[in-house]
Amino acid sequence: MGSVGRIILQRLGLGLLTLLVVSIVIFVAVNALPGDFAEAILGQGATPEAVAAIRSDLGLDEPYLARYFGWLADALRGDLGTSFAQANFAAFAGTDAGSGLGSVAAMLGPRFANTMFLAGVTAAIAVPISVTLGILAALYRNSVFDRVANITTLTSISSPEFFLAYVLILFLAVMNPILPVLSLVNDDMGLGERLKMTLLPALTLTLVVTAHMMRMTRAAIINLLASPYIEMARLKGMSPMRVIVRHALPNALAPIINVIALNLAYLITGVVVVEVVFVYPGIGQLFVDSVKIRDIPVVQACCLIFAAAYILLNLTADILSILSNPRLRHPK
Amino acid sequence: MMIWLLGILVVALPVAYGFRMAGQKLTGNAPRFRDMPSGVAYGYVIGAVVLVWLVWTYIASWLAEGPAANQYFFFRIAIHGFLIFSVMAISFRWLGTKVGPEFTKKLFRNMPATAAFGILIIIIYAVVSIFAGVIAPYGQEEILGAANVVPGGNPAFGGDPAYPLGTDQIGRDILSRLIYGAQNTVGIAFVTTCLAFFVGGSLGFLAATLQGWLDQVISRTVDVLMAIPALIFALLLMTIATVWANELGVNRTIFMVLIIALIDSTRVFRLARAVGLNIVVMDYIEAAKLRGEGLSYLIFKEILPNATAPLLAEFGLRFCFVFLTIASLSFLGVGIQPPLADWGTMVKDLSQFINFAAFAPQVAAAPLLAASAIALLTVAVNFVVDWMLHKSSGLKE
Repeated sequence: MGSVGRIILQRLGLGLLTLLVVSIVIFVAVNALPGDFAEAILGQGATPEAVAAIRSDLGLDEPYLARYFGWLADALRGDLGTSFAQANFAAFAGTDAGSGLGSVAAMLGPRFANTMFLAGVTAAIAVPISVTLGILAALYRNSVFDRVANITTLTSISSPEFFLAYVLILFLAVMNPILPVLSLVNDDMGLGERLKMTLLPALTLTLVVTAHMMRMTRAAIINLLASPYIEMARLKGMSPMRVIVRHALPNALAPIINVIALNLAYLITGVVVVEVVFVYPGIGQLFVDSVKIRDIPVVQACCLIFAAAYILLNLTADILSILSNPRLRHPK
Repeated sequence: MMIWLLGILVVALPVAYGFRMAGQKLTGNAPRFRDMPSGVAYGYVIGAVVLVWLVWTYIASWLAEGPAANQYFFFRIAIHGFLIFSVMAISFRWLGTKVGPEFTKKLFRNMPATAAFGILIIIIYAVVSIFAGVIAPYGQEEILGAANVVPGGNPAFGGDPAYPLGTDQIGRDILSRLIYGAQNTVGIAFVTTCLAFFVGGSLGFLAATLQGWLDQVISRTVDVLMAIPALIFALLLMTIATVWANELGVNRTIFMVLIIALIDSTRVFRLARAVGLNIVVMDYIEAAKLRGEGLSYLIFKEILPNATAPLLAEFGLRFCFVFLTIASLSFLGVGIQPPLADWGTMVKDLSQFINFAAFAPQVAAAPLLAASAIALLTVAVNFVVDWMLHKSSGLKE
């Protein structure tokens, strides 16, 4: 296990390093804004004294390097700063801006859980379907089924998420009112009701992700079917299903697991548009709203979370494909 | 509903068995039926059920009258669209085999119908976007007298023959905006893709030819930029760009083109570098180097001609990604700036009309038209790229 452990540690270190550099990129990008946070919070008619007070309060008068490490240390402790929109409100209400209400972490917490729930439901539907369909398409390749599947998946990959979402809304929510149009999820909902609310956005994401995963599964298996040991299994007179399930699949597992992890990473981007269409209270929707009102601390925090999740999933894909490689698991 | 579906799936099992048996009996055990796995027989039965359901619903859609017919409105459009496009694609392919120079004739003869469909759609979009000003009946920002005219042009449903696809909330003609949208959305996406290819491609080839520290620096930078999901990064940069755009008084669409070109050039760089590295080790590059050729000769005369096939396929795919990203950004409200007509923004603005689909399907058609205009082009490009990749890989299986 020595060499595997070392490779995995190496990948983990590389992932952490990437995350660190990404945080620098985000920090630099946000600081490329004209003007600064203090003026943005106070808006027009800010007195120089007030600006200076807020600057020193937020630590904006410190050098860039110190501010970056301060932000990073705070983010690691779970303190992601104060939302501009909420901070303004708190100032009007006469309360202290820093306390609870406006903190980005408090805003993100429940929404993060909602987004994870959506991604989880999607994965639970999409993964079994796409692997099964991919195996079937590889088994009956060049048949009518394969061609229909090819055209359908290509179509659903190339359509924008909001098109698929509206088509699903049209048929499953408006013409035949089976599911709700808007996913108004709240905390005191039972699991069943929550699932029903989440099903339509999850189905939209499933359509996009399944197509990708199925095509890649099919390609991975067909790639293997050209190898000599598959030929041998066929010559022994095994049924095509058995050849694929017993001989091809175990070796195709590494690429398939890789594909699944990569597509879950893709979900992170897809979730933004779908959450906006269905008004699903997740991180994606918050992100887009904050982008529109330029609520920089929230945008920064969301960006960091999305990037971290993306890197983590890619890292998982990497590590799982190392672990599922028997040549690495059993060194000579 | 669910029970019906499950019931059909279960009942199809014995039917499939019977179908194979009948086939074996009737054809005197022909190899087609003798060697048919149960799964294939099951697939045929399910396929037949779906086909019968489609035909049955289509007939029902003609028989239904009054409010009941609304239920079938979109179904009928989908069936008609599919049939019309199939006929168009097949006749276009037939035309291609008869007209034109010998090599295009040969190309069309081995072309699948999907690729013919793709090429036809791309040509139509190109023509519409170039001649948008001539084709469109009204201007894209022109506010006409009547707002919220229903599509369909039938006065009985609140339509107006002067506006065949109706007007939006502030009275702009939707057909004209769709046509101008082709010019704006497709044009901007095309420019962005070209820019991404110019930057990513030249840097990629440069890195492959020179290698050394330059390659290391660019490659590591690209690694970092690619670690942030594209749409998220684009949204972050657009936040900053909109502030700068207001500050400088520049249209934010220009910033969007630059940002998306930057993000997508990283993907192009990866491919160009990989393709370039494979070519650089060839003997003819060595020979050219020994001849004392300069860097630009090596890149443009030696590497580029040998990298066209993969780069061309990548151009198609990249165009789809850029196009979808722009459409998504516009849909989210931070993309192409409003008075310009653009499909993503149109979908966003008209989206609430979908809720009227149950009793007035014509009203709901407007937002879907813009969304399907986006989908149609990306599907078409993907079909063509799929065919090109299949052809160049020489895969028979």
